Amino acid sequence: MSKIKEKFAELERKNQKALISYIMAGFPNEKATILTVRGLVKGGVDIIELGFPFSDPLADGPVIQNASTVSLDKGTKINKFFSLVKKIRKETDTPLVLMTYTNILYHKGYSKFIKDAKRAGIDGFILPDMSVEESKEYIDAAKNNADTIFLISPNTSKRRIEKISKVSTGFLYLVAVFGTTGVKTGIKNYTLKAIKDVKKHTKGKIPIGVGFGVSTPDDVKKYINAGADAVIVGSAYLKLIEKTSQNKLESKIASFTKNLKKNTILKK
Amino acid sequence: MKYPKNGRFGEFGGKYIPETLVPAIEELEENYLKFKNDKNFKKELDYYLKVYAGRPTPLYYAKNLSEKLGGAKIYLKREDLLHGGAHKINNTLGQALLAKKMNKKRIIAETGAGQHGVATAMACAALGMKAEVYMGYKDTIRQKLNVFRMDLLGAKVHPVKSGSKTLKDAINEAIRDWITNVETTYYLLGSAVGPHPYPVMVRDFQSVIGEEIKVQMKKINNKAPDSVIACVGGGSNAIGTFYPLVDTNAEIIGVEAAGQGLKSKMHSATLSAGSKGVLHGMMTYLLQDEEGQITETHSISAGLDYPGVGPEHSYYKDTKRIKYHSATDVEVIDAFLLLTRTEGIIPALESAHAIAEAIKVAKKGKKSESIVVTLSGRGDKDVEEVQNYLNKNVKD
Repeated sequence: MSKIKEKFAELERKNQKALISYIMAGFPNEKATILTVRGLVKGGVDIIELGFPFSDPLADGPVIQNASTVSLDKGTKINKFFSLVKKIRKETDTPLVLMTYTNILYHKGYSKFIKDAKRAGIDGFILPDMSVEESKEYIDAAKNNADTIFLISPNTSKRRIEKISKVSTGFLYLVAVFGTTGVKTGIKNYTLKAIKDVKKHTKGKIPIGVGFGVSTPDDVKKYINAGADAVIVGSAYLKLIEKTSQNKLESKIASFTKNLKKNTILKK
Repeated sequence: MKYPKNGRFGEFGGKYIPETLVPAIEELEENYLKFKNDKNFKKELDYYLKVYAGRPTPLYYAKNLSEKLGGAKIYLKREDLLHGGAHKINNTLGQALLAKKMNKKRIIAETGAGQHGVATAMACAALGMKAEVYMGYKDTIRQKLNVFRMDLLGAKVHPVKSGSKTLKDAINEAIRDWITNVETTYYLLGSAVGPHPYPVMVRDFQSVIGEEIKVQMKKINNKAPDSVIACVGGGSNAIGTFYPLVDTNAEIIGVEAAGQGLKSKMHSATLSAGSKGVLHGMMTYLLQDEEGQITETHSISAGLDYPGVGPEHSYYKDTKRIKYHSATDVEVIDAFLLLTRTEGIIPALESAHAIAEAIKVAKKGKKSESIVVTLSGRGDKDVEEVQNYLNKNVKD
């Protein structure tokens, strides 16, 4: 069983839903990433998404786009990223998901990249520009190595939801809003409806995580109440990292995380 | 290779897109397939191409230039004489009309040199639609005139300050807008790039160039030209010129921007110096570093300043049906001046890349041979850029 699957099973036993955080590796520097991860773990995060920067992050809004640029300017490279993952692995066994763009994997070769990532301690991948139609080589390379987490959107047809759930492992990432990451806020009725619809189609075979524009404990609560199995918070973390000095980073991240996490714990 | 059902030209092309865009791309493909052979649609488009845009464009024998070079005859396909001054109008009329049939109220576009932005603004004004255009901040400065033209035409220009502030960033921003407003917005892509069906759709709308060349050369020479040359950035004028001629014996050459030289890293010669990768929804040749990060490009011509290329060009490069060469900024300026002074035609700097190659090919050719060069646009927008270049580089 994959580590991500195990985590969802464990949460179910504890009557909890998952809090997933997204942070950009190397933003604003490597030390900050380590401190942030410590804060996340302390705050009770369930899964950590680590962003690897890409020069042209077209599915991301200004916050993550800026974090990408900063990270690249600081010299974040693939091997450096993998050694950072290894360092994180020494401190925690929280599942780690790598979020980046297709070209980064394609350029190295899907198979080689995924094996190297797995060896470093990555448990799954999210590629926002990888459509299910183009994914065969990627899925084959990831099989038995890592989870392939695909995205769906509130406008994804029933036929596609079925197609995508077949290749998605770990969880299914439901994009909450029409837009890029971190831009639109506020809960939309179409998202709440989408959670219900998607759950109907997947029949509980795979957990549904909701992300994009999720930033407050209240957002978390509403999505969980609507039936989401996980919520993903990204840009809000990056904003917090940006405005927090390094000596307070770990504790600030921990308390922000705790506040989000408590709304994923269901009442018995 | 009529209509690639899976959206692939060999291994190139495809649809590497965020899931939010899938319904929009499916809707576009469905409508494009429906309308591309629809009699009324074709009739309406033909009408606008003829009466509004000014087709067919002449095939002009550049006698003075040919005689000066002393080799093969050079013919210029005068896309610069189209309304708006560039081939871009062929595609924007086609897509804007399609968008209208699809009942889309809002049109967005990206532009490099501004020619596609202007052509979008014109087509939208003519068809009674609103346009918003994303343009790299750097390009808004070096192409001020086109920004003003878009303003006048009622289009809203969004200067893009992220990344390298050029065409690729304008495309990123247009895609972001599209993801956000997918339910109401039509993305009118300007080159033969992007996710399927854009590359094939833009090729089809631009193929009017090559179709006319075929007919016109037949009248002049009773055969296809010996060589055909066009500049390649994204490659829309080139694919429109080449596609109808790939099944003839013509030697076909696409010309990329070598900028300050292929070894300088200051160029945009994707096919000559790039490697395979995935960007803007397609698999194609890209300029990227050893980690798969897209690198910054350079060209004296804003319209060629793009680190990717249409996937069909990548296919023809690998199958060797088309040769891809490049011209440096210096060669381009020389070609620009030569054409201007011998023929009284000021070419766009993009087109001057094709002229630079034609000069080389013509010199080696026999007088009985003919070369067709697509003059994709006129150079009014570039005269300031050329003036700056000459002030910097030419001493009295």
